[in-house]
Amino acid sequence: MSRDDLIQKLIELASKRFERPAAELAPDADFFEKLGIDSFQAMELMTDLEEEFDIEIPDYELQGVNTFTKLAEVIEPRL
Amino acid sequence: MTRERPSEKSPPNGPPAKNVVPLGTRVGAWQARLVARRLTKAMLERLGVTLPDPSAPKPARRVPVPPTTFDGAALRWRLVDNAVATHLEVELHRAPCNEIGTTALGELEQLATLVQAGAGGARALIFHSSVRRGFCAGADLRELHGALLARYEESGRGPAARLAVAHEVRGFIDRIHAVFDTLDTAPLTTIAATHGFVFGGGFELALTADVIVAEKSTRFAFPELRLGLVPGFGGIPRLRRDVGNGVVRDLLLTGRSVSAKRGHEVGLVSQVVARGQGLEVARKVAEQASRFDPETTALAKRFSKPLPREELAREKDLFVEMIGSPVVEAALRKFVESDDVRPYLP
Repeated sequence: MSRDDLIQKLIELASKRFERPAAELAPDADFFEKLGIDSFQAMELMTDLEEEFDIEIPDYELQGVNTFTKLAEVIEPRL
Repeated sequence: MTRERPSEKSPPNGPPAKNVVPLGTRVGAWQARLVARRLTKAMLERLGVTLPDPSAPKPARRVPVPPTTFDGAALRWRLVDNAVATHLEVELHRAPCNEIGTTALGELEQLATLVQAGAGGARALIFHSSVRRGFCAGADLRELHGALLARYEESGRGPAARLAVAHEVRGFIDRIHAVFDTLDTAPLTTIAATHGFVFGGGFELALTADVIVAEKSTRFAFPELRLGLVPGFGGIPRLRRDVGNGVVRDLLLTGRSVSAKRGHEVGLVSQVVARGQGLEVARKVAEQASRFDPETTALAKRFSKPLPREELAREKDLFVEMIGSPVVEAALRKFVESDDVRPYLP
């Protein structure tokens, strides 16, 4: 899976989880701001991603991660 | 040859003075702890610090048995008695995420009293949360921070104040351990139905249960190290009882959270269920547990789930030793003042 495909997949999953049109979610936009999500919802998204890709994502690697591009950088090495 | 302190000398030809242990006497570990605690209290009193009495009788002994239906500020419970099961359902319902402070502790003590008195004939007990964010996010850090600040404002920040803080925290920790130990060893089947945050003290509460039914949204974590602490409600000894030491160290030393699925893989979680289904599945477990002879269940549980008493005692000592440090105060302040959407992150 290419980096761009991965980012699109992440956007798709976030769009589904938070019921927002994927078109509103840009790869480099701050998704906390854009989606208006709280800590519980962020954890839910993390669990979705772990389930979807059958990986584990340590929380500490998500510190400072607020865009789909940065999220893809954390996930890619685990695929 | 033994010596006694002059002020405590026995009268000539009279009975020995009370509480006098001749120097050189070998004492057991519990006696040594008792002496150490008395010395600390005496030292503090000389320094003019007023202390609450942590050795006050436990509420489980001084309060009447609570009813089987209860509606409190942090907990609600009811006895479900139908054709297929008799079980107690305990709902954690305090926003934001069932943080355990003095209010929750007081109600947990009432629950423990009820359990010790036979739980109204219940054969199983279910813990669950009606709070959206999760089962329980742990100790009430805002309350703890406020209590520390109040103590420091009252007594300064010297050794006396730190000793006083340690003494007060010891009282709280002794109480919560008494409750958790009662729940852990209750002679009925206990089930934790979890979702969302199961962090710190919440994880420790879940670990007292015999069976954990975890919804997919569940995240288990011990974030205490970021506060300069170790878990203090019995979490490590209880987790070590159930899973390998490697898993314990991973969770403890990184503070990372793991999913229900991972919890199932390592033997922590009994069943992983869909979002919103935890309580229903827990009820099925309670129904099944209710079919067995209660005495057999109690014996099987005692055999398969021994209480790690020595480790629990060591954990309490370690936690109390750490709590008064400036590292903890700074970390608590940072947490309390944080507006980060994920303040639990290391």
